[in-house]
Amino acid sequence: MKEFKSWKDYPIGGIISEPGSTLELDVSGWRNERPQIDQEKCIRCRICWIFCPDAAIIEEEKPYTTKTGKSYRLTYSVDYVHCKGCGICAQECPAKAIQMIPEV
Amino acid sequence: MTAVIERRKEMKALSTNKAVAEAVKDSDVDVVAAYPITPQTTVVERIAELIGEGQLEAEIIHVESEHSALSAVIGASAVGARVFTATASQGLALMHEVLHITSGLRLPVVMSVAMRSLSAPISIFNDHSDVMNQRDSGWIMIFASTAQEAYDSIIQAYRIAENPEVLLPVMVTYDGYLMSHTIEPVEVLGKYVSEEYIPKKQTWNVLDPDKPITMGTITSPDYYYEFKYSQAVALEGSLPHIIKADEDFRKLYGRGYGVVDSYRLEDAEIAVLATSSYYINLKYAVDEVRKRGIKAGAIKLRVYRPFPREQLYSMIKGLSALGVIDRSVSFGMTPSGPIALDIMSSYRYRDAPPVQSFIAGLGQRRMLIEDFVKIFEILEKRAATNSISEKSIFYGVKGVEL
Ligand code: SF4
Ligand code: SF4
Repeated sequence: MKEFKSWKDYPIGGIISEPGSTLELDVSGWRNERPQIDQEKCIRCRICWIFCPDAAIIEEEKPYTTKTGKSYRLTYSVDYVHCKGCGICAQECPAKAIQMIPEV
Repeated sequence: MTAVIERRKEMKALSTNKAVAEAVKDSDVDVVAAYPITPQTTVVERIAELIGEGQLEAEIIHVESEHSALSAVIGASAVGARVFTATASQGLALMHEVLHITSGLRLPVVMSVAMRSLSAPISIFNDHSDVMNQRDSGWIMIFASTAQEAYDSIIQAYRIAENPEVLLPVMVTYDGYLMSHTIEPVEVLGKYVSEEYIPKKQTWNVLDPDKPITMGTITSPDYYYEFKYSQAVALEGSLPHIIKADEDFRKLYGRGYGVVDSYRLEDAEIAVLATSSYYINLKYAVDEVRKRGIKAGAIKLRVYRPFPREQLYSMIKGLSALGVIDRSVSFGMTPSGPIALDIMSSYRYRDAPPVQSFIAGLGQRRMLIEDFVKIFEILEKRAATNSISEKSIFYGVKGVEL
């Protein structure tokens, strides 16, 4: 996103002329707690991906094998630039694989 | 030699409400939304008739409240339509939050207000409590004194609002009943004004699928302040454009009003300032008190926001006292008249005459020419005895000694 140095650079009426600028918005500063996914416990059910209001859960085509030998094709991780720390993912995860860790 | 343009002027007998509707037609407005509220209702009723008669090609959006009326015209303005809405009293109060959104989005919305008192107790009659409550909402505010001026001001309002150097909403206000429902001769210009004086051109940011933009976004503390500053600069900077729009109008159609007006002020020692229709009777009162040897003058404030600071100062600086008639109360403040307060604070570091604030006509309490004469006499006496009071004089309240 373009940096506005002076009030004169700001668009009239506060419009956003580049669609999709939300992608560039860093909301990490809003977080008090961050979600952390335990890949061992995660059963790849995709519920966190569905529930996250900020599309901050990333579904990656990245194989993972647990210590008990279970193999998954996918790995779920968190995009910490767009995660605002609401905790919905942790609340909804049926495997209790997501923990909210305080930001320090 | 330039060709003389044949202008289709026509005289009509119109109430100010009907004159406003006529101006909306002549401005070739595209979208109108309003909710009926006394004493504004006949404005939109007449617009609906004009559309029905095929005299205006516009959409009327039926809404369930004034909050929605202004929201609807914001939406229409955001896609590039020329829009209009009208309201009064509680309806304007209900629009309050949307007024700020309109000016914040910098959309050239034009609205008329048939000024009326606020509840409680309920009064459908005139005063200025409704508009004075909106003076910090970032709108340009014009007070019209006659039906003719209201007609002309609506047309000027589009010129001002859509000026790319301005891009702010404009409110044209006039006295409910005293003007909204009384008939005066009005010279109408016909629809060609919209080609000649206010040709349609999208000068503001609009929503267009081919050039997508986002409007009405959330802003973080890192950005909000600059937007508000640019809004303040835009409103302050709109004054010369308002003056220019009026001058251009005068050149084309022979009528202009200025941002402030005065009557017999040249040799005046004291003067009284009023707005809207009061100015007319105030001028008669000037003639009356001058017969009694008081060197009086009258001043009319036409543009209230932006405040015409220098123009007004040049009129009042030589006076020995200035009376200001407000028709609303800034409760809990001394003086209690908003315009008096604005004048006093504007010139606090300059050599300006003492200001005596008067409150009058609340809820359309009758004010005759003789009442304005009395106001001049009170002012003259107070000026002569150095007893201008910091408090407002609530003229005409039963049981209050003057
Ligand atoms: S904490 Fe909220 S925003 Fe962050 S990943 Fe979980 S659901 Fe999404
Ligand atoms: S909800 Fe829990 S178990 Fe399901 S994919 Fe997300 S982290 Fe894994």
